[in-house]
Amino acid sequence: MSDIILETRGLTKRYGGVHALEDANFILRKGEHVAVVGDNGAGKSTFVRQVTAVEQRSAGHVFFDGQEVNFAGPLEAREAGIETVFQTLALADDLDVPSNLFLGRELYKFRMGPFSILDRKAMRDRTLEALKTTAVKIPNVDNPIRNMSGGQRQCVAIARTAAFASKLVIMDEPTAALGVQETAQVENIIRGLKERGIPMILISHNLRQVFDLVDRIVVFRRGRIVASLNKDETDGNDIVSYITGVKGGEPANA
Amino acid sequence: MSTTTHGLGGLKYDPSKKARAPEWNVFFALVGIILIFELVGRIVMGDSFLFNTRDNVDTLFNQQRLQIIILQVSITGIIALGVTQVIISGGIDLSSGSIVGATAMIAMSFAQVAMVNGNPNPKAIFAEQGWLDLPVIVPVAVGLACGALAGFINGALVAYTRIPPFIATLGMMVTARGIAKWWSKGNPISFPTESYAAIGKGMMPVIIFVSLAVLFHLILTYTRYGKHCYGIGSNEQAMRMSGINVEKMKVLIYVIAGLLSALAAVVLSSKNLTAQAGMGVMYELDAIAMAVIGGISLQGGRGSIIGTVLGALIFGVIISGFTFLKLDAYYQEMVKGMIIVAAVVLDQWRQKSRARG
Repeated sequence: MSDIILETRGLTKRYGGVHALEDANFILRKGEHVAVVGDNGAGKSTFVRQVTAVEQRSAGHVFFDGQEVNFAGPLEAREAGIETVFQTLALADDLDVPSNLFLGRELYKFRMGPFSILDRKAMRDRTLEALKTTAVKIPNVDNPIRNMSGGQRQCVAIARTAAFASKLVIMDEPTAALGVQETAQVENIIRGLKERGIPMILISHNLRQVFDLVDRIVVFRRGRIVASLNKDETDGNDIVSYITGVKGGEPANA
Repeated sequence: MSTTTHGLGGLKYDPSKKARAPEWNVFFALVGIILIFELVGRIVMGDSFLFNTRDNVDTLFNQQRLQIIILQVSITGIIALGVTQVIISGGIDLSSGSIVGATAMIAMSFAQVAMVNGNPNPKAIFAEQGWLDLPVIVPVAVGLACGALAGFINGALVAYTRIPPFIATLGMMVTARGIAKWWSKGNPISFPTESYAAIGKGMMPVIIFVSLAVLFHLILTYTRYGKHCYGIGSNEQAMRMSGINVEKMKVLIYVIAGLLSALAAVVLSSKNLTAQAGMGVMYELDAIAMAVIGGISLQGGRGSIIGTVLGALIFGVIISGFTFLKLDAYYQEMVKGMIIVAAVVLDQWRQKSRARG
């Protein structure tokens, strides 16, 4: 039991009458990198939103790091050690890179409730450090990120996740909007997480990337988990058959 | 090392070509407007707008004019500081002028003297209760509490009912004006104590405005509150995902705006030695205009207190300039209106050209 970092039992989410996620049983072991694949609307992002408590689940249980958890919101999930890169970048365009990296967990020189004085130098130094370890290059971290390219912004979001990653990293299509070079950079960050032994759930449409990066592939279809396959025991065609429903009519446990 | 090359396809970045802060544009506009008045003054009036031309005074500048320029925008300037942080956080506050009216009436009624020229104060509101000659802290505290309450209602409406700030504060605008008229059934309230009258005496409004401007500049630049104001105006959803209590922040932002409006009311009623139900009419629009001219983006996320202070100075210069050129007040308002629109148009252009990069 002790090597399981995240487990969901019967995780279900309904939006009104729409069953976006139905009875998802999912297990992630420590140090394991798992890809979540599936068609649009298969329930991948919904699954992530329940785990990270961006939304409250309709039913089911989530166990994290050996304990059942009921996070009230994404901050609690983050404080427990789940770092997430959301599909919609959770960045504030008018703030600079350090402010975005430390959004909601600012460093202070002096604490006075809401008027606590920020330690801008420490945040800037640690930002440069974090960008260095993730090999992300940003021309000028003091510029508002509005002026940066989509790739650079994505790199900021991912650097934030990687820098604060402690127990679990979730990335929802981190390279969807990126160019070739930027994608390679993000993939390097992911390999770095693997080396550091930090478990990860990667949502991706890019099967080449999935086979490159992860140990196990979980397929969602119509709100259900239909397959959980070790990378070495499957191939692209196999995965596609599960995604499209040619294979795996029965719900599976991941 | 003027050019550094960084990763991502060898993007070149020249640190010396850092974008100029938008406040500089406002500053140049201010200088330009002053120059126009100076030139027109020299040609048409044969007098200098800014410089001293009198022989009996030994100063370089016309100090009296400089004082008036800033004095006449100090009170709306105090409101504009609060409005600035509201707009930066993506909101708008239309209620400031009415809050000024209501809090001026309420505060003033706690600041009245018992005896006027040896007779009992004929206008005393709380004569029966004997609440007269109270220490100055009482009217100030009551006024600020009223402003905070109005701001709290604004903020709570915006944050928890999710109605647009425009509507929430429009409701407060009408309600607070009603309270101002109802408080003394439309009668002005006069005869404040000496200590109350001292708050807005002489250049005190300027001192208060400038110190608050410095304070709020520091708050918006160096504190979590400031950072989160910009963050909420920039991407509210991101702030929420980062675990920031956006609702609580919004309430606090509107409470602070209400407090500043109330403070402006105290200073104004003290300066005028009277409070009237019609006080502060249109102040909210002047305050918003100062912020907008100062480069505060109505979309939220961008702008600074420095910009608002410069915007306020542009206002002051225009009013003084028109008086100096002996032009009617009608023209003032027309020009003010055009400048507001021009400021927003310029801001849009600036954003577009930046987006094109």
